[in-house]
Amino acid sequence: MPDQGHPTREDQIRSGSGFSRRDFLKGSGAAVAATTLAQSVSETEAAQQAGTKVAPAKASAVKLDINGKAVTVTVEPRVTLLDVLRDDLSLTGAKEVCDTTNCGACTVLLDGKAVYACSVLAHAAVGKKVMTAEGLAGQGVDAVAQCFVKHDATQCGYCTPGFVVATRAFVAAKPNATVEDIGKGLGGNICRCGTYAGVIAAALECSKKGGK
Amino acid sequence: MSSFEFASPRTEAEAVELLAAHDGQTAVLAGGTDLVSLLKADIVTPQRVVDITNISSMKGVTSVTGGLLVGALTTLDEILVHPLLAGHPSLAHVADGVHAIQIQSAGTLGGDLCHLPNCWYFRNGYGLLGTLNGESLPAEGRSDFHAILGNQGPAKFVSASRFAPALIALGAKVRIVGPTPDQVTLLPIEYFYVTPKSSDQRVTVLTPGQLVTHVWLPEVSSTLASATYEVLQLEGLDYPLASAGVALEMNGRLVTEARVVLGHVAPTPWVSHDAAEVLKGRSIDEATAQAAGDAAVARATPLAHNEYKVQIARTAVKRALLRAVGQLEGVS
Repeated sequence: MPDQGHPTREDQIRSGSGFSRRDFLKGSGAAVAATTLAQSVSETEAAQQAGTKVAPAKASAVKLDINGKAVTVTVEPRVTLLDVLRDDLSLTGAKEVCDTTNCGACTVLLDGKAVYACSVLAHAAVGKKVMTAEGLAGQGVDAVAQCFVKHDATQCGYCTPGFVVATRAFVAAKPNATVEDIGKGLGGNICRCGTYAGVIAAALECSKKGGK
Repeated sequence: MSSFEFASPRTEAEAVELLAAHDGQTAVLAGGTDLVSLLKADIVTPQRVVDITNISSMKGVTSVTGGLLVGALTTLDEILVHPLLAGHPSLAHVADGVHAIQIQSAGTLGGDLCHLPNCWYFRNGYGLLGTLNGESLPAEGRSDFHAILGNQGPAKFVSASRFAPALIALGAKVRIVGPTPDQVTLLPIEYFYVTPKSSDQRVTVLTPGQLVTHVWLPEVSSTLASATYEVLQLEGLDYPLASAGVALEMNGRLVTEARVVLGHVAPTPWVSHDAAEVLKGRSIDEATAQAAGDAAVARATPLAHNEYKVQIARTAVKRALLRAVGQLEGVS
């Protein structure tokens, strides 16, 4: 409801303990967590008999494939991939800006396709290959990023990693793209500095070269 | 975001069983482009989220007797280029209007059909009807993006689905499974949407525990022309101000049967029999398309701040019709 604040960041930060820090501070956390746990276990058992494992509404381990490396994080199902990348893995290339699938700053590749990491739950990324801005180039500098530098496609730089990752997926899908194609493909990334002319020039060149 | 359990089943039957738990206080997760934002805002507060993206039977497009079965998990970028959908250009027109590679990759057909309204009162926690202390906020406050048709009841929001107008015009049906795995319904999409009359009602006929698994499209004849035209305010990622999906059965240059469906103008996709009637037996040109547009909005009842949408809806119908017969300049 509008008159109640949304849960703060602190509410959502999780540990392996199964209850939030705020609940713990209120002194009621343990009791709440115990009740939730009891309920979850019976539900989990029922569903396991049906064949699918139900992750309880508390932190549990998930194995992810990030930039080609297998990592295990212990997070609640409500935690997004973006928060895992930034808070648990210190991969801060994907930015949290709008957090509502509008701005594109958090773009990562999921099985090679560009997605908003703010709209992917970490538990839903299991079994998929995640590639962040950090992972794009391997050892060197990614060709798309180089193209952004060449065409001065960045000002404050906050939107740039998201733009670069989105452009990487875009040029793979659309070789020899037109300016109109670029507007349609990259319209989900916003630059408040207004570097669009540079971004379009960079995307045009990358697309012509097939991202190489 | 409130806590919830999470499950990722492999079959439709398992998904439906998982969705039936907690008295149906569960949510279906596909691309996440709508649900995750709703979860963050505590607008949707399920006890369990069921991720359906690993259910292989719900992916891809297959030919079946009499038509096509399009999996609910078919993504927008797949719709854009799928050879089996080449005879239904009105669907690619919709996918092409979603100006973000991220939404095209992750967004699914089923997710679009079940997308909850973008009404700013709903998205800020005032419910589907947008009420505060018993007063209707869209009636009392700003109503720029609200309904111009079907808005005489308490619901003033507009239906969010971008594919529904094209699908209804094509005569598509939605396949629903649940609440038990053996209960399967095939429902014309026109009847999938409902206008809530009270705050406890929903925007579709789906009941807790039900899952949209596929869309069935009837086989198209070589004489069918279809198109969608969306009027977008932004060049970037945006929802249409109004849209129209049309399907025309042609005999030479003459329309023998027309279906005209408007989007984003009413709490449900809006089937305009008035516009269809205008077109029967006539050829499509600037004048007949304009007349159909006029008929489509003749009964509009705009709210305080959205009279401009009447003209936009009229134009959407006109341009969709011209596009269907290849007469819209500058647009393929």
